[in-house]
Amino acid sequence: MKYLSYPGCSLRSTGRAYEESIVAVFKALEIEYEELKDWNCCGATSYVSIDETDAFALAARNLALAELQVAEGTINLIAPCSACYLVLSKTERYLEDYPDVRTNVNAKLDKAGLHYNGRVEVRHPLDVLVNDYGLEKISKRVKYPLKGLKVASYYGCQVVRPFAKFDHSHYPVTMDKLVQALGAEPVDWPLKTRCCGGSLTGTTQEAGLRLNRLLLKEAQKRGADIMLTCCPLCQHNLECYQERINRIYQEEIDIPVAYFTQLIGVALGLSEKELGMQRLFKKPSLEKFMHPKGEMAHA
Amino acid sequence: MHNYEQKEAVRIGFYICHCGHNIASIVDVKAVAEYVKSLPGVVVSCEYKYMCSDPGQELIQKDIHEHSLNRIIVASCSPLLHEHTFRTAVEKGGLNPYYFQMVNIREDVSWVHTDAKAATEKSKDLARAAVQRVFHHKALETKHVKIHPDVLIVGGGIAGIHAALTLANSGKKVFLVERQPTIGGHMAMFDKTFPTLDCAACILTPKMSQVKNHPNITLWTYSEVTKVDGYVGNYKITIKRKPRYINEELCVGCMDCIEKCVYKEGKTPDEFNVGLSKRKPVYIPFPQATPQIVLIDPEACIEFKSGRCKKTCVEACDRKAIDFNQKEEMKEIEVGTIILATGYHTFDAKRVPFYGYGKYPNVYTSLEVERLVNASGPTGGELILRDGRHPKTVGIIHCVGSRDKNTNRWCSRTCCMYSLKLAHLLKEHTEAEVYNFYIDIRAAGKSYEEFYDKLLDENVHFIRGRVAEVSDWAVRSSEEGKLIIRAEDTMIGIVRRIPVDMVVLAVGMEPQSDSQDVRRLFNISCSTEGFFLERHPKLAPVDTFTDGIFIAGACQGPKDIPDSVAQAGAAAAQALTLIDTGEIELEPNTAFVVQDDCSGCRTCLTICPYNAISRDEAKQKAFINEALCKGCGTCVAACPSGAIKQNLFEDEMIFSEINGLLENTPVVCC
Repeated sequence: MKYLSYPGCSLRSTGRAYEESIVAVFKALEIEYEELKDWNCCGATSYVSIDETDAFALAARNLALAELQVAEGTINLIAPCSACYLVLSKTERYLEDYPDVRTNVNAKLDKAGLHYNGRVEVRHPLDVLVNDYGLEKISKRVKYPLKGLKVASYYGCQVVRPFAKFDHSHYPVTMDKLVQALGAEPVDWPLKTRCCGGSLTGTTQEAGLRLNRLLLKEAQKRGADIMLTCCPLCQHNLECYQERINRIYQEEIDIPVAYFTQLIGVALGLSEKELGMQRLFKKPSLEKFMHPKGEMAHA
Repeated sequence: MHNYEQKEAVRIGFYICHCGHNIASIVDVKAVAEYVKSLPGVVVSCEYKYMCSDPGQELIQKDIHEHSLNRIIVASCSPLLHEHTFRTAVEKGGLNPYYFQMVNIREDVSWVHTDAKAATEKSKDLARAAVQRVFHHKALETKHVKIHPDVLIVGGGIAGIHAALTLANSGKKVFLVERQPTIGGHMAMFDKTFPTLDCAACILTPKMSQVKNHPNITLWTYSEVTKVDGYVGNYKITIKRKPRYINEELCVGCMDCIEKCVYKEGKTPDEFNVGLSKRKPVYIPFPQATPQIVLIDPEACIEFKSGRCKKTCVEACDRKAIDFNQKEEMKEIEVGTIILATGYHTFDAKRVPFYGYGKYPNVYTSLEVERLVNASGPTGGELILRDGRHPKTVGIIHCVGSRDKNTNRWCSRTCCMYSLKLAHLLKEHTEAEVYNFYIDIRAAGKSYEEFYDKLLDENVHFIRGRVAEVSDWAVRSSEEGKLIIRAEDTMIGIVRRIPVDMVVLAVGMEPQSDSQDVRRLFNISCSTEGFFLERHPKLAPVDTFTDGIFIAGACQGPKDIPDSVAQAGAAAAQALTLIDTGEIELEPNTAFVVQDDCSGCRTCLTICPYNAISRDEAKQKAFINEALCKGCGTCVAACPSGAIKQNLFEDEMIFSEINGLLENTPVVCC
């Protein structure tokens, strides 16, 4: 199966490490994909609260472009950012379920010489890697099983809600299974899908920091060595405000936060550069957990 | 019967009913009567205020004699309401009742139209269609079948038990088949019953032993129905009796074998205690199990697994009742009626992972708590949690797997009341603080609301709000080591975190997991959620669409004990009605195969929804069992050689009806 990828704005700015690690991992696993040509901003979650039809039209332009790029069949469009994934999924669903939305949006697309026919299925890279490619195959390709590494998987609120396409909306386990396939140990915690505050850290910072504090504190309390995210904004929030949270709330939080694709890359033996590890503020020290396959048996 | 062609001239009597104002206020009944008078074959055409009244019926009978009428049409209400009335009237007048035809101008015309003129024209069209149709009507005979007086009851819970005793006490022979090794069902597992708080076992076990000892009841436990043949009044049932590896005639239930089993401790989760305790490979479900006969679980028994057991159980049994070579046995019985009381299944709490069942040891289902507070339960009635603690605070979460779009949409009806009961029992056993998290308290039943009031007086806390999650996520030091229930308290509009030691999930009621298989076996229907479908939700709540098969208890929908017992009584009464009538009249609208035209292609066999068609292998022709045929017409339409016809719906009748209907319709060219 060949995929189309939709990087979205974040992956070209604060989330560059996410895209770099996706590219590296897909290449290493020989998953073929090509980038959606001439893609535009998905509108994020804010535009839809201003003008629903315009917001759908903006997002649907990407879906229509995908159909232009791939002549026939169902198109699997990969959207790694949670907000992009949610907005594109929502657009796809609304255009499918509500004929009036479809008519209005297509009328707008028509002006640009575009039309959407409903062939796109929006996918998240976590879903693609675990459910299409498969955990067994990933496991086989692992060069450095991350034995003993305790990982708190953090899904955030948008990937499985409200469209629980590939996992349970309240208690997802996909990333935890992946962590196991990499040889590491998932930390079971009940805050997997609790909100990180999203853009509140930039607007009503106190509210945003409070939410991040709860997540970071609990992950650390449960003995996690690292937190994994699948969203650029979650990663940014959780990683960048730790010092400020410590100062305001007198906490001692100190935990690296990486993208799940970065951890896959490390286990596959890809270089730090390829995975964009140098872009993280808190570089996780994973060397002590990396045991080349086979070595364990000799030890 | 279809060959009795009437050669005499057709003489039609047409009667249009005012139905008070119901019809006459919209349809100009005089004009319709006047119009019908002009149609060929019509001898009498008149209107009357209430055709279904005695004078109305007598009018028909008088005209049959005076005018030698041989076809009768009444234009009034729906045939569902009065077809039988008028057919009987026609028969009393000396005519075969199937020369009667009904035209519905109330539900189909006056109640649904506002334009009087158009309604009158439509009534004329419908009347004309009937006039043309009755030319082809034939005299038909009603078939009667005898009802075998014995009854099969499937399921030995409280509903099955009650139905069995009701029938047996009235002198009918009953076969009660139960899949588990004992009867008693879910009720036997309960501690006390709401709202009276009398002990479930105390009121149930006397009935269980009555079943066992009743001369009119044949009780087969650890047995399942595997085949159902026949039709109302004449069912042939095959029952599989699973081997207990114990000779039922010899065992007296002394349980010496259990004590002497090579296993000193049980290792298999005990089904009766919902896995809260362990049982041995040779066991009896519970002390009052009925019949009081042990059984051996071959999955757990060493002798079955390796053949190298010391067989201390055999030595211990001085009645020599243990038989490792016992085989499954098939029984065949004949019955006239069947009552299905197959019960329900509790919702699997693991389907809502955010409530932590199976993850946090101190999260329990309501059924587990019933066993936990029971004096004969795994802890002897002492409330000890899985981690050995005694709870000081308990949270009961209502509507788990009920009233939820993501799981089951229906209200399980019993959970509010049993949650209140459990709250009372938990307080009584532990003096713990008990919190109920509810959406609405549904206490609709005799003395139910009063019971709720009593609980409020007992200082049980009620928080209105659906629980978001149960977790071990402690934010404050007071929450450490506790389970935290997070819920919006919609009475005060804030999100609350209540730390508790024990969580009880009030799981809802679901159809049995194999309800679809049972449905197919007995050829009845299920509603969309999988509960057995009643013939009419209000007026035929225990009948099914298959004659002679009745349903009772929670297999029809969530129900508490009083309602299950009431339904069981109703189902027994329905079965008795059939049995005491002795025979049943069958509507003659059945299909039949014109043997010369049948090519024996089998098309009809596969599509008949009632399994009414079989193939005569010698003649290579299809044959329709009139007692099973419901007159749906599917085979008539499907037969590629047009060899199947249906009484009252033969082609010429339908085509002349259509012709009559369309005769005055202007042809629109396009």
